[in-house]
Amino acid sequence: MKVSILNILIMAKIQLNGRKYVLKNKHTILTLLKRYKMDSKKIAVELNGKIVNRDKYKIVHVKNKDKIEIVHFIGGG
Amino acid sequence: MTKDTFRVANQILKSRLIVGTGKYKSFKETAKAIEASGADMVTVAIRRVNILDKKKTLLTDFINPKKIKYLPNTAGCFTSDEALRTLRLAREMGGWKMVKLEVLADKKTLYPDMIETLKATKVLVKEGFKVLVYCSDDPILAKKLEHLGASAIMPLASPIGSGLGIQNKINLSIIIKNSKVPVIVDAGIGTPSDAIIAMEMGCDAVLINSAIANAKKPVLMAESFKHAVISGRKAFLAGRMRKIFYADASSPTKGLI
Repeated sequence: MKVSILNILIMAKIQLNGRKYVLKNKHTILTLLKRYKMDSKKIAVELNGKIVNRDKYKIVHVKNKDKIEIVHFIGGG
Repeated sequence: MTKDTFRVANQILKSRLIVGTGKYKSFKETAKAIEASGADMVTVAIRRVNILDKKKTLLTDFINPKKIKYLPNTAGCFTSDEALRTLRLAREMGGWKMVKLEVLADKKTLYPDMIETLKATKVLVKEGFKVLVYCSDDPILAKKLEHLGASAIMPLASPIGSGLGIQNKINLSIIIKNSKVPVIVDAGIGTPSDAIIAMEMGCDAVLINSAIANAKKPVLMAESFKHAVISGRKAFLAGRMRKIFYADASSPTKGLI
């Protein structure tokens, strides 16, 4: 039972690239990237307006109400 | 003849043609066009990843950033702050310091907002970026950008995507003559002959996107631009003949029968 209470506690409502998501498990930036099948080497992450250094993806935890932007390179002139 | 190398922001580029990667039908076509153009630097944009798209085909899967230099741009940014945010993200992503700054003023003309552009240039240079700056063809503002530490000046030939060619040759010539940093004509080139004119005028390079991507056969057009840029550059180095008002016969008059 402990686990389910813990789950409720760690459930986070976040905004990811402008859309709302509910995360049921505890996530770091790295696990979030894996969850949505993104290659951490090919993207950049901004957390609440600040760039997250790629060395810190493993240790930065995603919290309730976080606003995350994940960008990549696309074709452009 | 000594080797005519193109150096910008301490990087040596083989080609004086820089191409954009927007507006193509597919990444495959983009890659083919880049190859045909001979360009070793391409501009790219920075956008949100589509989280819901499970396939996530990436530009980097088709154009290897280790082989072709990526020049991240700030297309679509209308303020200095937006542009700074975009380029800081680009640096985090690729580790590149060389970027193209473009701060737009108006959706209809996509004319650069030079006040915001100057502001952003100053900050970027301070942060260690090598900034190639899209700008108006105003010689005074171009000089100001140079003084702020821009690595290259990128005046427009005419509005982005218009294909109208060089509309103000006088201004462009003044910019080229006065600039101590490379001048890269950006925006408005419609056809290879426009690129030749720009190169003959003494520009260091040209940046082409729409003229290739919007051609009926983009890959063939990319190849044509490759030759145009080489041709224009060689003509500039060769030095054109002087213009005279009347004829000057090519065959000698001596010995006429």
